Amino acid sequence: MAPGWGGTLLVGLLHSIEIAIGATCLGLMIGTAGAFGKLYGGPVTRDLLAVYTTVVRAVPELVLILLLYYAGTDLINQVLTAIGYSRVDISGLAAGIFVLGFVQGAYSTEVIRGAILAIPQGQIEAARAYGMSPGLMLRRITVPAMLPFALPGLANLWLIATKDTALLAVVGFFELTLATRQAAGVTKAYLLFYLAAGALYLALSLFSNLIIGRVEAWSRRGMPSVREAR
Amino acid sequence: MSAAAAAADQSGEAQNGAAEAIHVENLHKKFGQLHVLKGVSLSARDGEVVAIIGGSGSGKSTLLRCINCLENPTSGIIRVNGEEIKLKADSHGHTVPADRRQIERIRSRLGMVFQNFNLWSHMTLIENVIEVPVHVLGVKRDDAIAQAEKLLTRVGLAEKRDVYPAFLSGGQQQRAAIARALAINPRVMLFDEPTSALDPELVGEVLKVIGDLAREGRTMVLVTHEMKFAREVATHVVYLYNGLVEEEGPPEQLFGAPKSERLKQFLRNVG
Repeated sequence: MAPGWGGTLLVGLLHSIEIAIGATCLGLMIGTAGAFGKLYGGPVTRDLLAVYTTVVRAVPELVLILLLYYAGTDLINQVLTAIGYSRVDISGLAAGIFVLGFVQGAYSTEVIRGAILAIPQGQIEAARAYGMSPGLMLRRITVPAMLPFALPGLANLWLIATKDTALLAVVGFFELTLATRQAAGVTKAYLLFYLAAGALYLALSLFSNLIIGRVEAWSRRGMPSVREAR
Repeated sequence: MSAAAAAADQSGEAQNGAAEAIHVENLHKKFGQLHVLKGVSLSARDGEVVAIIGGSGSGKSTLLRCINCLENPTSGIIRVNGEEIKLKADSHGHTVPADRRQIERIRSRLGMVFQNFNLWSHMTLIENVIEVPVHVLGVKRDDAIAQAEKLLTRVGLAEKRDVYPAFLSGGQQQRAAIARALAINPRVMLFDEPTSALDPELVGEVLKVIGDLAREGRTMVLVTHEMKFAREVATHVVYLYNGLVEEEGPPEQLFGAPKSERLKQFLRNVG
């Protein structure tokens, strides 16, 4: 491998991870709020959320990325100009996190909604019966109790997020795929660099699986092993 | 006090001067078109054990669940320790608690025990027992743990303190749930058919714990199908039929000399 290009790929990987973590965190926040809104919100909230999850999940992510990135930055600048500020350059990182987070939020909403529905309702009722406030109940009961049901789906979303970062190459964000394309284009060592990029994505997934497996085992600590139920 | 006088007395119990812990007056509850409670009144003074009996669909569980607003009553007055629960109509016309903090405060002093135990499955027994004292009542964690260990010992589960509920029998889970209720130092304990979900051989161990609590003078309201148990531990028995109090009085009177034909029929069927 030509000296220097390996470092370029690693910088690209780092940017990919940053975006994936940022987008997943944003997606989890949107998803938690969205799930509660869909389950407990008023009719207007529920309708708006239904539009959000339907549209985002119906439109290809690449289209959403192009739309939100170009139209989004354009919109922000138009608003800024209209209220008398000068145009700004939106950082690729922030835009990438926002766009992917917005997409992740729609999928997370459904995963978390399903997980909340899977909680035995008696446990929620017990929390109410003992005077827990809604915030305390969320933190102490609902989130830990839904986690075992949500984690498999959320883990999928995280792995998808790590690879969706590659889509940001089309808007010129310097992540692993764009870094690989540059390295391969300059050195003409296509096979080497694309295999290296593939290996890096694989390593990220394997490492993620390791962590997720531990978190999932911890979240299921109060549940009997399914093997015993065969 | 004669049986007749007791029956005539709406609040239903010997006027021993004890404060009224639970007071329910003219309570109505509708689920849509279904009129489940049609004006029920109930009173429990400090130290009393009130057993609510009745057939399936008589509204006895709904009545109990209205006391801490797990079900919102459609109309009526509920007072807990003399404090009336403030109710209001929401935008759909349903009656809901008007003051969230008030209802949370009242609930945190009512120890509820459920038919299906409803222990929090992601917490060990000791964590279940200290949860409300630490996070709702603001008790120091060390103090709560010391208290919880005593309570678990009392219900015979000291060695199970670090076990998760799913790994225990129903009887053990229900005893742990009683320890959780005791941990909040409740003014009143509410039991919603605490042995109905248990295997027959596990009923005894749970009834023993509840019976001991009753004998030490705990105030309780108990919905139960165990007539023998109700007769032994209750100081006052309320028979609900079709959303109304059909007959109430001391257990000797209700079980020994029931006046209502429906109650006689009911006791024959369950007896």
